[in-house]
Amino acid sequence: MNNNNLLSDRKYIVGGFFILIACIYVARLFYIQIIDDKYKLDAQANAFRYITEYPVRGYIYDRNGKLIVFNEASYDLMVTPKETKGCDTMALCEVLQITKEEYLKRIKKASQAPNSPRKQSIFEKQMSAQTYAALQEKLYRFNGFFVQKRTVRKYPRPIAAHLLGYVGEVTKEQAEKNSYYREGDYIGVSGIERSYEEALRGKKGVQIAITDVHNKIVGRYMDGKYDTLAIPGKPLYCTIDVELQAYGEQLMKGKKGAIVAIEPQTGEILCLISAPAYDPNLLVGGKERSRNFTKLYYDSLNLPLLNRALQGQYPPGSTFKLIDALIAQKDEVINRNTVFPCSHGYPPMGGRPKCHSHPAMNLPGSISTSCNSYYSYVFRAIVDQKKYPKFVDGFEHWRTCVKSFGPGTKLGTDLPYDKPGNVPSVKYYNKVFGENRWRSNTVVSLGIGQAELTLVPLQMANVVALIANKGFYYSPHAIKGIGGEKYLDPKFKQKHYAYVQEAAYYDIVHDGMQGCLEGAYSTARTSIIKGITICGKTGTAENPHGKDHAVFSAFAPRQDPKIAIVVFTENAGFGGTWSAPIASLMIEKYLRGKITRPEIEKRMMEADLINSKNLIVERKH
Amino acid sequence: MRQNEYSLFYGVDRLTVLIYILLVLMGWGNIYAAVYNEEHSNIFDLSQKYGKQLIWIGSAAIIAFSILLVDTNVYTAFAFVFYALLIISNIIVRFVGRDIKGSHSWFIIGDFRIQPAEFMKFATNLALAKFLSNQNIIVNAQFRLRLKDLLNNYRNTIIALLIIGVPLILIKVLQDETGLAIVLIAFVVVLYREGLSVNFLIFGLLAGILFVVSLVVTQTSTLLIVLGCIAALSLFFVGRQRKNILIVVGVYILAAGVVLGTNQFYNKLEAHQKVRIDVLLGRGTVNLKKEGYNVNQAKIAIGSGGFLGKGYLQGTQTKYDFVPEQDTDFIFCTVGEEWGFVGSTLVIFLELFLILRIIFMAERQRSPFSRIYGYGVASVLFFHLAVNIGMTIGLMPVIGIPLPFFSYGGSSLWSFTILLFIFIKLDAYRLQILR
Ligand SMILES: [Zn+2]
Repeated sequence: MNNNNLLSDRKYIVGGFFILIACIYVARLFYIQIIDDKYKLDAQANAFRYITEYPVRGYIYDRNGKLIVFNEASYDLMVTPKETKGCDTMALCEVLQITKEEYLKRIKKASQAPNSPRKQSIFEKQMSAQTYAALQEKLYRFNGFFVQKRTVRKYPRPIAAHLLGYVGEVTKEQAEKNSYYREGDYIGVSGIERSYEEALRGKKGVQIAITDVHNKIVGRYMDGKYDTLAIPGKPLYCTIDVELQAYGEQLMKGKKGAIVAIEPQTGEILCLISAPAYDPNLLVGGKERSRNFTKLYYDSLNLPLLNRALQGQYPPGSTFKLIDALIAQKDEVINRNTVFPCSHGYPPMGGRPKCHSHPAMNLPGSISTSCNSYYSYVFRAIVDQKKYPKFVDGFEHWRTCVKSFGPGTKLGTDLPYDKPGNVPSVKYYNKVFGENRWRSNTVVSLGIGQAELTLVPLQMANVVALIANKGFYYSPHAIKGIGGEKYLDPKFKQKHYAYVQEAAYYDIVHDGMQGCLEGAYSTARTSIIKGITICGKTGTAENPHGKDHAVFSAFAPRQDPKIAIVVFTENAGFGGTWSAPIASLMIEKYLRGKITRPEIEKRMMEADLINSKNLIVERKH
Repeated sequence: MRQNEYSLFYGVDRLTVLIYILLVLMGWGNIYAAVYNEEHSNIFDLSQKYGKQLIWIGSAAIIAFSILLVDTNVYTAFAFVFYALLIISNIIVRFVGRDIKGSHSWFIIGDFRIQPAEFMKFATNLALAKFLSNQNIIVNAQFRLRLKDLLNNYRNTIIALLIIGVPLILIKVLQDETGLAIVLIAFVVVLYREGLSVNFLIFGLLAGILFVVSLVVTQTSTLLIVLGCIAALSLFFVGRQRKNILIVVGVYILAAGVVLGTNQFYNKLEAHQKVRIDVLLGRGTVNLKKEGYNVNQAKIAIGSGGFLGKGYLQGTQTKYDFVPEQDTDFIFCTVGEEWGFVGSTLVIFLELFLILRIIFMAERQRSPFSRIYGYGVASVLFFHLAVNIGMTIGLMPVIGIPLPFFSYGGSSLWSFTILLFIFIKLDAYRLQILR
């Protein structure tokens, strides 16, 4: 304690030091809160607003650089319900031509979950240009409202709706799963728009704006230092030939079905048509979009939204015989000269499946005449081979070989929602008939492409491309370039090989297919084009629900195949009557760019198979 | 009214308790404003932080009463025991404590979490008071360069510095709780009051200035040359005896050591700590959206309050969560925005008034133990006040320490309550015993 008196003066220094620091702080506060203008801006501006800048969605061009999809500006009116205090409601209702009740309803909707009174949500979608102009003038009176600029899709020609797909609003689940999206954003829902969403959408930008108490933007936060620019979506180069696509859609007017054409040496899809089609312009925009969608969705008679080319699972019919012919040759159970009996049908099963009148045929001839009995024998020859003592092993062998041609497998295409088709399994038949209670004859109609066998039109076209290539295919794809670069996914450069690789076997099949149009027993003579050798195959797919479906598969020219095509018309009876002429017109259009047979073109275009059933010629091969 | 000697409140300084209660209640009201939302607008809602704070306040009151019940002799008798126990707990917690957000500083017993480092403050204070009250600290103005003399003259000072330094380093190194560790530096004020040589302070102050200067001046070599020139000049003015030359050279070497050490220190810092220093010194390109975000948002919130503020619950910056941690370390932003210059000044002066009152009370003690303890309380509270508010207005680096009695959180409220009420109890019996 002896020092304490000496030291006790230090209390003044300690206390003084504390007071000094406190005073410095108060002075600093005085500066920040009263003098400094830097924070005055924020005294006025009590909130930031994050303005999303939506990127322009990527354009889509066809294989020749013609524009198929572009964008149009559109304006959404956004609202933050909590900030609408003092809004001139009456004037707003007048501009938008809505009632006060409607206004309150929408505000309520914007305030309730999943929206929030503090967050912006859409009040009026895609206003017309006039509404936007009228609104822009008075916007300062509408507290809590602002206009969000966006773009919507626009199609110069009303075609390829199924292939391109459409763009729709992000659902709540999608927004929760992927943090890039917010509810109300747009996303590719189907078709190319869906598959290539990431390339097409680009990247959103954000501007941070400072608003005053009247909700007017008074500046940009830190002079835009933290704003991000929107990155526009990349353009896509499609493999489609827009002229061919348009022509095909025109030919399919008044019919149900699908056309798929593939370039065999690349796997590029040249056209992908599903009929009946719709104008893709119907599914853009706000109010109209949902109205049109509902209308299309509930058209249960025509199912216009169904993409038959990818999802219509049809029995392939006689087209399938080509696969049988190839497998049987490879297994050396038949050769060019093999002849099987036919007595208006398959004799061992009492003339079923039925056949038409024709003399005995060798292998190419059996393709040209499409003999059902012949391919029942061929099927049995494959399945009941001696090297498979157990019948089911033979069947499994047949099934594996068939699948190597594409049926029953997903082709790895870049289009969404494609169906794999079906090649029934041993397990399936064991369940239907019981184990060991079925034989090759029980399921012999598989050999002629009937029974439970189904393919989608894209797979049929792919089979034809494979046959044209003599043993391999590339996964069919619709996009061959992204964003200026000639980018092609490596998986589309990879060859898929079928069970049969020997060119000689394919030549025999090609002979038969050429004879299908040109031979003595031609089933499609009207489809011959002078100067172009077409290899084709008619088919009739049995339809348990009504008249048979007509199929025609073909490739041309025979020596250097440029196009492989399948035309499928529902309830059109025999394939030679409707499908074959349409296919030949498509081939001519694609290879020559013009049509030399206007009378056939006219007949095909005018035919209305949906409304007049009488036109169908009853003849079954 | 004469108080009964056996009453719980005998001799209790009512003014201090009143300010304490006032600050705690103001803190509670501001926590409510900081986390306010319409869905949970009931201030007693226990699912919200303001509801929980009410529980903390209630339990702090119980602690305060309990302290008033305990005999004051306990604190003097067991000062070193408390200190040793807490040192041990602070070591053990590193190995036993559960990992919470990468920090091993919490004991968890059921739902109950406790951070021993929080209570190091009062234990260190008790130990320091106990040690210093037993000696006569030598005030030594002489400066000799013999090591033996140095150790003899400064023996007590060195032990006192160790009492402060050991827990400081333990908490920083073992638990990486910078805020809780650095607070202990406040006790240097106590040492000063008890006779710490002014040379130490001047030396410390110069080192501090040099530290900041070498952070600002990035060219180390230039700085060393300038220091060299100053040394040479000072030699020119003082007599060039051997002793003076030795002193000047010695000081120069120490200064160079500080400069180089600062660079080492800065380079060893983690990225976010470097950034905090950069933010404070305004050097380099500080990204205000990321690193400088807290401080910038805090300044905007406080600055937007103006003279009278926006009014209670009307603060947009704090309400819309622009300011992070606005209920704990940045609680002052809510005060600044909603109560303006008037409110923030009131809070600062109220805290300052409490601190000055404690100093006044400390000076009226007859026992050195109570006086030293009182100065410890005042210093710790002041350190918190200065750093916490300093960081929100950009005068201090961002060190996460709470505003006394104001910020949300149980551990800190309890810790401050214990710290303060032990002193109130000591003060109540100031006339009775000479310790
Ligand atoms: Zn036949």
